[in-house]
Amino acid sequence: MSAPATTSTLLGVSDLRVEFATDHGWSTVVAGTTFSVGEHEIVGLVGESGSGKTVTGLSVLGLLPRGVGRVASGSVTLGGRDLLGLSERELRSVRGNEVAMVFQEPMTSLNPAFRIGDQIAETVRLHRGGSRRAARDRAVEVLDLVGIPHARRRADDYPHEFSGGMRQRAMIAMAVSCEPSLLIADEPTTALDVTIQAQVLELLASMQAELGMSVLLVTHDLGVVAEVCERVVVMYAGQVVEQADVGELFDHPRHPYTEGLLAAMPQLGSRGHRLPSIPGRTPEPWAMPPGCRFAPRCEYALPACEEPPPLLTTRPDHLSRCLRHDELTLRGAR
Amino acid sequence: MTTTAPAATPPPAAPPSSAPAPGPDRPGFWRRFRDNRPAFVALVVLAVLVLASLAAPLIAPYAPEAIDVPRRLSLSTPDHWLGTDSLGRDTFTRLLYAGRVSLMAAALAVAIATAVGVPLGLLAGYVGGKVDWLLGRAGDVLMTFPAIILAIAIIAATGPGLQNAMVALGIVYAPRLFRVTRAATLQVRAETYVEASISIGTPAWKIIARRVLPNVASPVLVQVSVMLAAALLAEAALSLLGLGVVPPTASWGVMLGSGFKEIRSTPLLVFWPGVAIAVATLSFNLIGDGLRDALGRRIRKAAP
Amino acid sequence: MLGLLARRLAFTVPMLVVVSFCVFSLIVLVPGDPAVALAGENPDPEQIAAVRERLGLDDPFLVQFWHWFSGVLQGDLGQSLFSSQSVAAAVFSRLPATLSLALLSLAVALVLGVAVGVLAAMRPGTWIDRVATFAASLGVAVPYFWVGMILVLLFAINLTIFPAVGYVPLTENPLQWFLHLFLPATALGLAPAAVIARQTRAGMTGVLREDYVRTATAKGLPPARVVGQHALKNAAVPVVTAFGLEASRLIGGTVVIEQLFALPGLGNLAYTSVFARDFPMVQGVLLVVAALVLLINLLVDLSYGYFNPRIRQS
Ligand SMILES: Nc1ncnc2c1ncn2[C@@H]1O[C@H](COP(=O)(O)OP(=O)(O)O)[C@@H](O)[C@H]1O
Ligand code: SF4
Ligand SMILES: [Mg+2]
Repeated sequence: MSAPATTSTLLGVSDLRVEFATDHGWSTVVAGTTFSVGEHEIVGLVGESGSGKTVTGLSVLGLLPRGVGRVASGSVTLGGRDLLGLSERELRSVRGNEVAMVFQEPMTSLNPAFRIGDQIAETVRLHRGGSRRAARDRAVEVLDLVGIPHARRRADDYPHEFSGGMRQRAMIAMAVSCEPSLLIADEPTTALDVTIQAQVLELLASMQAELGMSVLLVTHDLGVVAEVCERVVVMYAGQVVEQADVGELFDHPRHPYTEGLLAAMPQLGSRGHRLPSIPGRTPEPWAMPPGCRFAPRCEYALPACEEPPPLLTTRPDHLSRCLRHDELTLRGAR
Repeated sequence: MTTTAPAATPPPAAPPSSAPAPGPDRPGFWRRFRDNRPAFVALVVLAVLVLASLAAPLIAPYAPEAIDVPRRLSLSTPDHWLGTDSLGRDTFTRLLYAGRVSLMAAALAVAIATAVGVPLGLLAGYVGGKVDWLLGRAGDVLMTFPAIILAIAIIAATGPGLQNAMVALGIVYAPRLFRVTRAATLQVRAETYVEASISIGTPAWKIIARRVLPNVASPVLVQVSVMLAAALLAEAALSLLGLGVVPPTASWGVMLGSGFKEIRSTPLLVFWPGVAIAVATLSFNLIGDGLRDALGRRIRKAAP
Repeated sequence: MLGLLARRLAFTVPMLVVVSFCVFSLIVLVPGDPAVALAGENPDPEQIAAVRERLGLDDPFLVQFWHWFSGVLQGDLGQSLFSSQSVAAAVFSRLPATLSLALLSLAVALVLGVAVGVLAAMRPGTWIDRVATFAASLGVAVPYFWVGMILVLLFAINLTIFPAVGYVPLTENPLQWFLHLFLPATALGLAPAAVIARQTRAGMTGVLREDYVRTATAKGLPPARVVGQHALKNAAVPVVTAFGLEASRLIGGTVVIEQLFALPGLGNLAYTSVFARDFPMVQGVLLVVAALVLLINLLVDLSYGYFNPRIRQS
């Protein structure tokens, strides 16, 4: 339904519904998300903060905070295997091994009390067994791979001796140490300086090419997507609102929200300009509009938009959750 | 016009319970303390305990030292609700009288600790420099000795007895109050308006009385409450060993010590004084926790 | 790590000297003429003179201290006032019982306290947490010597599982050693366990929310290792601090517990010496105990370096 025919599906997320305990009872935070990531594919998962990207990523590995968040319905498959039905023990052999994750905050995602090399070697031994020595060699190898200079020596460092960019490299090294088939990178560059951002993105792309893995790149920044992704899934308020190849989506967006995101994208040479941002903000999970969830912020809204629109195929391999996807001419990038 | 304004009128007053910061005024503090159920219950229990001890001569059915050998080591009877000890003395009566002694002893020790620790803490925090360093190291040295052992050593020099024991405890505890006071003083001292009033020549006693003491009071109060619990335990331990209150006067510790000799025949004799100590100690601790929580905002507010 | 050790020693060694001076100065607190006070009941002039001579009370105070302290440096803590025993010999013969009791109690405190604290932190707000919090409040408040008495009543008198009194050296019979120390160590360990449980819960509640804990789970580590290794090491510093303070308090408690359970330890020596007013003996015990506390503090400080690498390297 969504993945291009040229690749076979690795990760399949279908009608995923996630709820969180809030002051208003259990609120639906991800409302029927469907998308897929093909083998060797880099897919961007984009949306403003609070749209449910992180929660979607965590759900794949069963990492929702216990007692606070839960998957209510839907399915997540990896290479055809249902992940949601796995026992905790089976899930552990997937985590860090078949599917690895890199988080947004490099400063706090590494354990400050352990040496970086040991933290990587721990993952290796956990999934691959082998001697301490072999695991350590592997740790040095991947640190070297992600471009840490003097990797053998720096493996003995503690996280506080690494800069932010180096820590994110180390996180990526840890993630790829067991050669996972899928890497979920949640805002891997958001906390970094602009120049470092580009380096880390480049690293992610080269790792993907070298190791032949798939990447789900979670970001709020379409600029990041443009840089490395092949396909984009746009999320808004817990739903997928548009999905297409990068070129197609940038040139011919078919959802007003995407148009707003593209307009808000920083462009070369526009530095210092105040970017137009989409007016208004994402509705709270317990106060979702009954119809199109974007309607309160949409300049094209019609009375008909008070009915919830389904995810419609607007062109081959291009989906949009806008009633008016056919009739509107929306501005693309540039 | 004015009669019909419906929903737009603001409510007459913000709901008091959830108001974020009522400021450092008393009612806010008292309400926060009262809303802390364990602490409030502890305060009530402690009040009952203290009043019952003070009113011992009025409440107690017997004289504390009235011996009734034929009825020694009796269990709970209509005449003796909680039984009698090895000399036939009424346990309930003795518990009440012992409460006076134990609570007074704890209060005395903490009073001494406060009288020594707080002024020195003010001095060290306010003057700083060599005085601060010297007093601080002296405190470190005192803190190197476990309280009971230092108290025992002091008693070895001065001889046993309740007063000596409590003076010893007071000295041992003084460094803790010293530290708390010093830290709070330093904090206030560093605030700009205090620095400013020092620089325009306001006399030190005025600054201490108006600015420092009010801020020092909170942490000291918390510490005092927790320390009363510790002092109560220490008094009991020393009296149990025969180094504190000397029989025939009863304290809870003395009762435990003599009761333990009869534990094979009459275990109740160690039960009641233990419960009394535990209840009092728990109350002091819970009140301390409650004070800390209720005063917490104010203490933290002084930080930046 | 060596740097940290050197820095801590630079603090500990002078402390030991000052502490020794304080221990010696205690004699100042003896009211009246120490020689009269310490010579026993109704002393005759010869006895008084003998004490005076023995303690060198006619010398200037600093000279007296120097005599005593130079002895201490060579391991000579002086003579008992009333027997021919040397203080050092008496103290060292009593040390094993006290160390056994203290170490076993600390083990009880650490294992129980950390376990309860971690459990409570893993399920905040649940009944587990509430029961643990309540038990901790109670554990801090209930007198340890009373717990000792109740334990004797339950397990030595009623059930006769454990012996009520006495001590068997570890080298003689490890099982009997353990059985004899079990009740006193439990009595002494419960209150520190409660304090450690509180501290552990407070620390772990914060740490379990940290990103690196999520990272550890996302790696595929089992919960026991996520909590017991990755989280606990980060929550350890305040726990170890509490442990150090409690250790000092616990050593004080051995005095009472040794009396209740008739254990031939340092506390018991201090106790009998106080009643005999055997002042050199009391001083010896006090000095050794203070040295023990300083040693514990030193170890605690060094452990900070292990738990928090930043401390080690700064
Ligand atoms: N631990 C949590 N407790 C309650 N709500 C949460 C929690 N984590 C996320 N949410 C809610 O889920 C929604 C989506 O959050 P998230 O997935 O983090 O968004 P994104 O990653 O797209 O910025 C938000 O409305 C947020 O409030
Ligand atoms: S459905 Fe209507 S409100 Fe929603 S995005 Fe399309 S035009 Fe806007
Ligand atoms: Mg996010």
